[in-house]
Amino acid sequence: MRSGAMVTRMEAVVMGASWGGLNAYSRILTSLPAHFPAAVLLVQHQNASADNRLAWLLRRYCRLPVISPRDKEPIRAGHVYVAPPGYHMLVDRDRTVALSMSRPVHFSRPSIDELFFSAGHIYGGNVIGVVLTGANEDGAEGLDYIRRRGGMTLAQSPASSEAPAMPEAAIAKGAVRETLDLERIGPYLAGALP
Amino acid sequence: MNSEQTISDDQVNLEDIEIRLLLEAIYQRYGYDFRGYSQASMRRRVLHRLSMSGLPSVLRMTEHVLRDRQFFVTLLNDLTINVTEMYRDPEFYRAFRNEVVPILKTFPFIKIWHAGCATGEEIYSMAILLEEEQLYERAMIYATDIDKNVLTAAKKGIYSIHAFKQYADNYRRAGGRHSLSDYTTARYDSVIMDQRLKRNIVFADHDLATDQVFGEMHVILCRNVLIYFDRQLQGRVIQLFSESLDMGGFLCLGTKESLRFSGNEEAFEVVNKPLRIFRKTQLHRT
Repeated sequence: MRSGAMVTRMEAVVMGASWGGLNAYSRILTSLPAHFPAAVLLVQHQNASADNRLAWLLRRYCRLPVISPRDKEPIRAGHVYVAPPGYHMLVDRDRTVALSMSRPVHFSRPSIDELFFSAGHIYGGNVIGVVLTGANEDGAEGLDYIRRRGGMTLAQSPASSEAPAMPEAAIAKGAVRETLDLERIGPYLAGALP
Repeated sequence: MNSEQTISDDQVNLEDIEIRLLLEAIYQRYGYDFRGYSQASMRRRVLHRLSMSGLPSVLRMTEHVLRDRQFFVTLLNDLTINVTEMYRDPEFYRAFRNEVVPILKTFPFIKIWHAGCATGEEIYSMAILLEEEQLYERAMIYATDIDKNVLTAAKKGIYSIHAFKQYADNYRRAGGRHSLSDYTTARYDSVIMDQRLKRNIVFADHDLATDQVFGEMHVILCRNVLIYFDRQLQGRVIQLFSESLDMGGFLCLGTKESLRFSGNEEAFEVVNKPLRIFRKTQLHRT
């Protein structure tokens, strides 16, 4: 069951975090090689503001280009896309970013569920979804959708999370195929996509 | 592990077809054209309404939409996104004041089209800004939206007092010269925009997906509307804006919107890149 999900070529890794996310993302992105063969899309809960400070911060930890995408930005392998504050970030059919200001989900915009549902829709089994540290339940339903579409699903272990509620909610939902400590997630992704 | 069954590509494709049929039904029955909207965000909003409705499929929901106008109005409310605030992105208004207004001051008459004005907060923001720059007497603001219900609210110009503190803060950051409360009257839980501000505003319903050129504008504001369109419709609308603008007219988009992906980039030059202020190219170089 575990490895059964790893079928064809992975197109994307989608991740979501809230409380403690900056630390988690910097640890994970540090482990990714410069020739990482999939696109990385990530959501961090944060207040709406004009600039995408997170994208700027993560550039220091990452060998891949880190982008704060505009609407319709093409999604390319080996690039990291950070959802801009105040917008939901979705994957559209032609592999471009669709931004939206529709209602907040779990009090959050960007919302992890919104990214995960659209990624599950478009990528089917060719996506890895990761729920990281956080203090609410955003991401659990979307991760379960990715699982039901045949994608690989991971959660940061609650013990290694600064705020365990978010990975716990995903695990309780039955959405998670594999639970990993924070320090193992980056190497796992690097190894899963050789 | 959850035992719920998997969702195949076939099921997902079927759902996509049903959503397209729903949008076609809406267009034929009510004339609202969402067929060129971004699939990803349309899909999310349709499925949200589906799960709230308790109906078993998009196809069944389409039956309700065709026969029940009230149900359609509920869905319409989900499909059109009316997020706005006064002086949203204050730094945009500051840049408009500093970089666009000096040029507008050289014009004898100024026509401004605000496409997708929603409930009107940004219309009144612009009216106040022009008033403070002594430009409003010679300005006309054409405020349009696809949704007649929000236009009614925009005309009234009555907003919740709870948002007002944020608006007043935005106003200051946007370079406002007085106090926002100078332009409003408070009543119970509401703030009412001064009647005087409405003297040079014309409200009209207009669908960017189907309707035509709105002529000889000096400024077009269309902020955070294009993100809901697919690339083809974005291209059509940018073309429409280009044809609606006078030479040297200004186009202002949302801060995450781009001309680059819809292929009309060369018709415009950049005035302020991060704040997405463009200007229709004045001369075609040969």
